[in-house]
Amino acid sequence: MNETAKKAESKTLRIGLFVTCLVDLFRPSVGFAAVALLRQAGCTVDVPRAQTCCGQPAYNSGDRGDARDIARAVLDVFSSHDYVVAPSGSCAAMIKHHYPTLFADDAALAKRAQDLADRTYELVSFLTDICGMERVEASHSGRVTYHDSCSGLRELGIKDQPRRLMAAMPGLELVDLPGADVCCGFGGSFCVKYPDVSTEIVARKSADILATGADTVLAGDLGCLMNMAGHLKRIGADVAVRHVAEVLAGMTNEPAIGDGSD
Amino acid sequence: MSGKDAILGRLRRSLGRDGPPAEAERDALEARLSAPKPNLIPKRSDGSAADRRRLFEDRAALVDVTVQSVGSLSDVPGAVATFLSDHNLPQSIRIAPDLATIPWAEEHPMLTIEQGPASITDLVGVTPAFAGIAETGTLMTISGPGTPATLNFVPDNHVVVLRAGQIVGSMEAAWSVLRAEHGGGTLPRTVNFITGPSKTADIEQMLVKGAHGPRRLHIVMIDEDEAQTPAQQ
Amino acid sequence: MQPTAHAFKDNAKKALADQPLRQAMKRIEVGFTTARTAAAAGLPEFDALRGAARDIKNHVLENLDFYLERFEAKVEDAGGHVHWCTTAADARDVIAEICREVDAKTVTKGKSMIAEEVALNPFLEAHGIQPIETDLGEYIIQLADEPPSHIIGPAVHKTKDQISDLFQEHHRAYGKTERLEEPEALVAEAREILRQKYFDADVGITGANFLIAETGSTVIVTNEGNGDLTQLLPRVHVVIASLEKVVPTLEDASTILRVLARSATGQEMSVYTTFSTGPRRAEDDHGPEAFHVVLLDNGRTDMLGTPLQDLLRCIRCGACMNHCPVYHAVGGHAYGWVYPGPIGAAIDPHFIGLEEARDLPNASTFCGRCEEVCPMHIPLPSILRHWRERAFERGVTPPAERHGIRLWAFFAKRPALYRLITGLTIAVMARLGRRRGRFNRLPLAAGWTAGRDFPAPQGRTFQDQWASGRR
Repeated sequence: MNETAKKAESKTLRIGLFVTCLVDLFRPSVGFAAVALLRQAGCTVDVPRAQTCCGQPAYNSGDRGDARDIARAVLDVFSSHDYVVAPSGSCAAMIKHHYPTLFADDAALAKRAQDLADRTYELVSFLTDICGMERVEASHSGRVTYHDSCSGLRELGIKDQPRRLMAAMPGLELVDLPGADVCCGFGGSFCVKYPDVSTEIVARKSADILATGADTVLAGDLGCLMNMAGHLKRIGADVAVRHVAEVLAGMTNEPAIGDGSD
Repeated sequence: MSGKDAILGRLRRSLGRDGPPAEAERDALEARLSAPKPNLIPKRSDGSAADRRRLFEDRAALVDVTVQSVGSLSDVPGAVATFLSDHNLPQSIRIAPDLATIPWAEEHPMLTIEQGPASITDLVGVTPAFAGIAETGTLMTISGPGTPATLNFVPDNHVVVLRAGQIVGSMEAAWSVLRAEHGGGTLPRTVNFITGPSKTADIEQMLVKGAHGPRRLHIVMIDEDEAQTPAQQ
Repeated sequence: MQPTAHAFKDNAKKALADQPLRQAMKRIEVGFTTARTAAAAGLPEFDALRGAARDIKNHVLENLDFYLERFEAKVEDAGGHVHWCTTAADARDVIAEICREVDAKTVTKGKSMIAEEVALNPFLEAHGIQPIETDLGEYIIQLADEPPSHIIGPAVHKTKDQISDLFQEHHRAYGKTERLEEPEALVAEAREILRQKYFDADVGITGANFLIAETGSTVIVTNEGNGDLTQLLPRVHVVIASLEKVVPTLEDASTILRVLARSATGQEMSVYTTFSTGPRRAEDDHGPEAFHVVLLDNGRTDMLGTPLQDLLRCIRCGACMNHCPVYHAVGGHAYGWVYPGPIGAAIDPHFIGLEEARDLPNASTFCGRCEEVCPMHIPLPSILRHWRERAFERGVTPPAERHGIRLWAFFAKRPALYRLITGLTIAVMARLGRRRGRFNRLPLAAGWTAGRDFPAPQGRTFQDQWASGRR
């Protein structure tokens, strides 16, 4: 366990949960799974009500002005927590890597942005790297494969952490996804601006997923998951799509993404 | 204003300067050019002369270069004749003039020898090398009156006479040797680094040898370490 | 080349329906990525060398004037000439003039992206000079009258069948009647036909991977040896290169060479790496009698001191496009100008304008794989984002998109209103979608639902449930 993790162990950490707009609006069960996991790790969790979005849509569309305004609000809302944790690699990376550059021209805001960046983590890597978690309490029965969402992988270096936790779950058979590090074609507004190209890319991802024989595919970002689920359902594939937090927390009672109550 | 002045002017403005770099900066830049230093060199190239030779042969094999070892210069004609008959080639070669002192006629009178720059009908070119680069199994050649560079490219087959003692670890080591012999700040007209026979994968990524350059690259390696090559006489 | 970048969406649509192209792109996707990974793994110092290469180039760019002037002085010492060309037209004029001076009829060409950038071939043809592409890929697309679709493998989009057809059609003029199927036979026929042309050419034109300030040398890197036959046999050797290609010393070139071939094709060294310095020496009996270097600016001096400066570190290895999911899906021609893939999306707007190239920086998921594999650590996604910001500022972004983004931001900055509106919308969607769990059609989401279903929301938002006490 590293020094930071040891420090984390010695006091109860107060986490500000950055829910993310997709989790808040489309799949709250991911948020509750995140809360459960953070509690399992010995943290207390606060969910500021005034949060909405990390500003990534505006930022990636070139609307730097709106991105800054939204980011400023996030700086205020999450100023007091020990750590800020998001069940999303792309939102966490937005705060961690891009917020400081948004305020590069304002020394005071840049400092606050860097301070927030230093305290912000993606969920699974927070549990392993800061809390020192080596296994979760839940078990899971089935054959699971894992897709590496691009931001989490390339901006935050998340690759081993979810695999370690999944591999330690009794009953969970983890199979490698060939091309796990290849984009799923979501890319935020890309998938609606260039839908046919996006569909081509996600079709390849679906083929790779089906080739593993897994009954479940997991990832750490809801945008990717909704994109992959949407395509798998369209082609009639019998694969359950969930956020990795749901499986790690043992909270898989709700229908999987894109699956209904029937 | 000349094209040069316009470009340099725009360039300097973009870099936020009124003119050329300041004197102190210029001195540093001059020093960098007059005493070139290697950057990071892979450890792979370290080792003894025997290590370098082994590495060279291993790497050359990986890029489809064949190597035959012989004891001395006088064994070269026989080695070349063997190469020709192995590949059903006529016993006729064009050599770099620097190799004319090899005892071709005495050792292998059946070989027809011509010398000089390549002609379009040549099937086999035989040249010396300036050095072998162990790191990648690469041959280095330099052009000159005794070493026409066209012999490396026009004939279908390229045979290179290399002494084991010419093998250096890295390209950087070869530059040092060349500067020492040729003078710094200048090069022969053509310096070639050759790593295997010509090839292309332009058709559906399928590898085909002999695209425009030689389809075969063969090295006759002489075991002597300290003996001089004809080029150094 | 007339840009068709403005038609990216149409180009992409056609490409997605082009079965031979799809086959060809699948081959590249697997081949190049696997090769690069293996090459990187085979050299422990690979990542350190990438950092060293980036540092060399950054140093050069900060002192580009010094190194270019030194390069010119050394070329002249060796008996060559340097021509400084601000525009593409200047470069074309200079080269045409050099050819006219020796009454050139045919000109052999090694592969050069800069020659493509200045559209050299049509210009030479218009002046009664026949350019002959010698790189096999370039030769193939010259027959097909198409632009290159990849910066190191210009004909990667062609299948073997298409190449067989092209050869059968165009080699009739040489008395060839047979339709060849085997790659070895196709290559052999091209080799045979080009052989005499190498010897007959009056001028040989190559590009340059590097310009060496220390010695006034130009460097080409090939696997075929065509560049060497081009630069050795004719009376005149012309090198056309953009000015950021200069490096200080031979050692600096050696460092960058270690990451170039590995990043491009997975080879440790390309078969031929050639350093050319000036014309033949007085004592030589082979080699060109004249040596000209045409240095092209074409907007590069304007990139210095801007967020685009990092693009000038590019060594044209092609690793970015080899790893790009968008490039894999649509191929190089869809990008509609000289440079495809991530580097094209980053640099084409500078050359052809943001209005023309607007789709290119937008047709990216920002997956970041390009930056991850770039040997020169060029921050490609950041540069694409830079173009999106310029487009937004200038009103080049389509109104619907702009309004959508601003509307979302409007709500995101007003949490109470956000909760209200989104709560209502989500409740409706959840009710409609509860049974099936997804929509195959959704108003305002036709782009998404064309190719996939849209998962239904679960129901009450997280914030709503949390506020009600669910923990």
